[in-house]
Amino acid sequence: MSNPAIEILGLTKDYPSGFWRRKMRRSLDSLTLQVEEGEVLGFLGPNGAGKTTTMKLLMGLIFPTAGNARIRGRSIEDISTHKLIGYLPEQPYFYDYLTARELLNYYARFFGYDADAREKRVSHFLEMVGLSTSADVQLRKFSKGMLQRVGIAQAILHDPPVVFLDEPMSGLDPVGRREVRDIILQLKQDGHTVFFSTHILSDAEMLCDRVAVLVGGKLQGVGAPSEIVSVQIHSMEIFFEGREGHSLPRAVIEQATHLGGRYRVEVAESELYPALEQLRSCDARILSISPVRPTLEDYFLHLVERQKVQNHAVEVEVR
Amino acid sequence: MSAITGVVAINTFREAVRDRVLYNLVFFALLLIGAAILVGQISIGIDRLVIVNLGLSAISVFGLVMAVFIGVGLVCKEIEKRTLYSLLSKPIRRWEFVIGKYAGLLLTLLLNTVFMSFGLAVALFYVGRPFVRSDVSILVAIYLILLEFALVTALALFFSCFSSPMLSILFTLSIYITGTFAADIREFGDFSRNPALKAITRALYYVIPNFHNFNAIASAGHGQSIPFSLVWQDTLYAVLYVVLVLFASSITFSVRDLK
Repeated sequence: MSNPAIEILGLTKDYPSGFWRRKMRRSLDSLTLQVEEGEVLGFLGPNGAGKTTTMKLLMGLIFPTAGNARIRGRSIEDISTHKLIGYLPEQPYFYDYLTARELLNYYARFFGYDADAREKRVSHFLEMVGLSTSADVQLRKFSKGMLQRVGIAQAILHDPPVVFLDEPMSGLDPVGRREVRDIILQLKQDGHTVFFSTHILSDAEMLCDRVAVLVGGKLQGVGAPSEIVSVQIHSMEIFFEGREGHSLPRAVIEQATHLGGRYRVEVAESELYPALEQLRSCDARILSISPVRPTLEDYFLHLVERQKVQNHAVEVEVR
Repeated sequence: MSAITGVVAINTFREAVRDRVLYNLVFFALLLIGAAILVGQISIGIDRLVIVNLGLSAISVFGLVMAVFIGVGLVCKEIEKRTLYSLLSKPIRRWEFVIGKYAGLLLTLLLNTVFMSFGLAVALFYVGRPFVRSDVSILVAIYLILLEFALVTALALFFSCFSSPMLSILFTLSIYITGTFAADIREFGDFSRNPALKAITRALYYVIPNFHNFNAIASAGHGQSIPFSLVWQDTLYAVLYVVLVLFASSITFSVRDLK
């Protein structure tokens, strides 16, 4: 049986806090997660949920308090594993005295490519992220969006089978976001495994095979976006208007939202028929009836709220 | 040195060049030109002494300032600016990064010193003094200055691996100043009747690098030969010390969380 692309086993990270650094603050709590080859997994969570901590642990930038992880069966502690991965840090910043071409050329040297191969690769990936015309401009003159593109280029420069992108869409305008989405889809099409964190839920819904939701350092749920949201109770949305010359009863209007001459009302699925009966009895014109499917955002907010209510302890005091 | 270390070293050198660090050579050149013109007019017979002393002292001071102020930023600047995150996701070990940064700054200092030494030679030529055999001592003094740079850079890098730039500057300069007076501190302890103070000053003498031993500027100025024993002992001392400090730096940095 082949190894999963990413296998995270009970990964935990505590940071010392307080003046004497004797208290420990838990940023990530026993995260166990598996990502299969060729899968695009969206790693969702509010700010401070532990997404970047997870990424940094996987990259070996910080060290776990407990647990471990493997990429394609190799431990993350093994330096050769880094040949299999590409990483775009959150809000990337690069050597601003270099040009985009020089930076990529510099990074390509770590993978042992000869000068010709480096040149070809660098040109190819600069073109892929739309930076061919700015390739020889120093990075200190780049906008945030351009730096993000350089970041993506350096992450996929060596054609890694597993790509980690930390908030790849953050700070980008709609055009930039669309371009990054296209790159992620291209990576998926080329068979790469993509693990990307985001709090832009529409992007996750659009791109991911599965999403994992992290809140307060704890994994709250994993699954396909459609699976995850289907556990919620559905409701129905009715759009209606009054017929010409007829005014609607006050009791009906008060329950609805007025939208440019039309009214919208949302009722539970079981209450649909009585509501329709009431509207018909007052001679309202029914414009549309549609089910309200809960979005990933609803699920996400529900989890965040639940976490707040449960108020799980995230600080462990070390005696 | 691995190929990876070399790649990091070259980039560190490139950073120094692009950040216009080598512009200090212009100030050095102006200083020596001014001194040579002035000395040619006012001094009789001691022009060589003045030019050599001034030139070697400037090489030492300019280089030390570079070693300390660039050295302390080698690692922590990369952490602060987060340039390290994407770099360390590549197949590079942390010790390779540390050694590469060190080698890159040392290369910068070496090149800087070579240019300055050439400037000194031109200044000596300008004051009309032919080169003689005893001038070899100037080259030896420059070599010892380079060893000093190697040590100071290693110390600055070490502190940079776990401390902020300001604290690293403070620590490095403290050690440099203490190390320059290490022999005096030991003598002070020996004169004291307090055994505890004596033990402390002796410990300091052996632990802190003895920078005084690398200063041969006065001998070079007077055209005196510098004993070969001092040269090889200093070389061995510097190499051992640098290896130890770089080892400690690599270990420290390898276990550090890059938050």
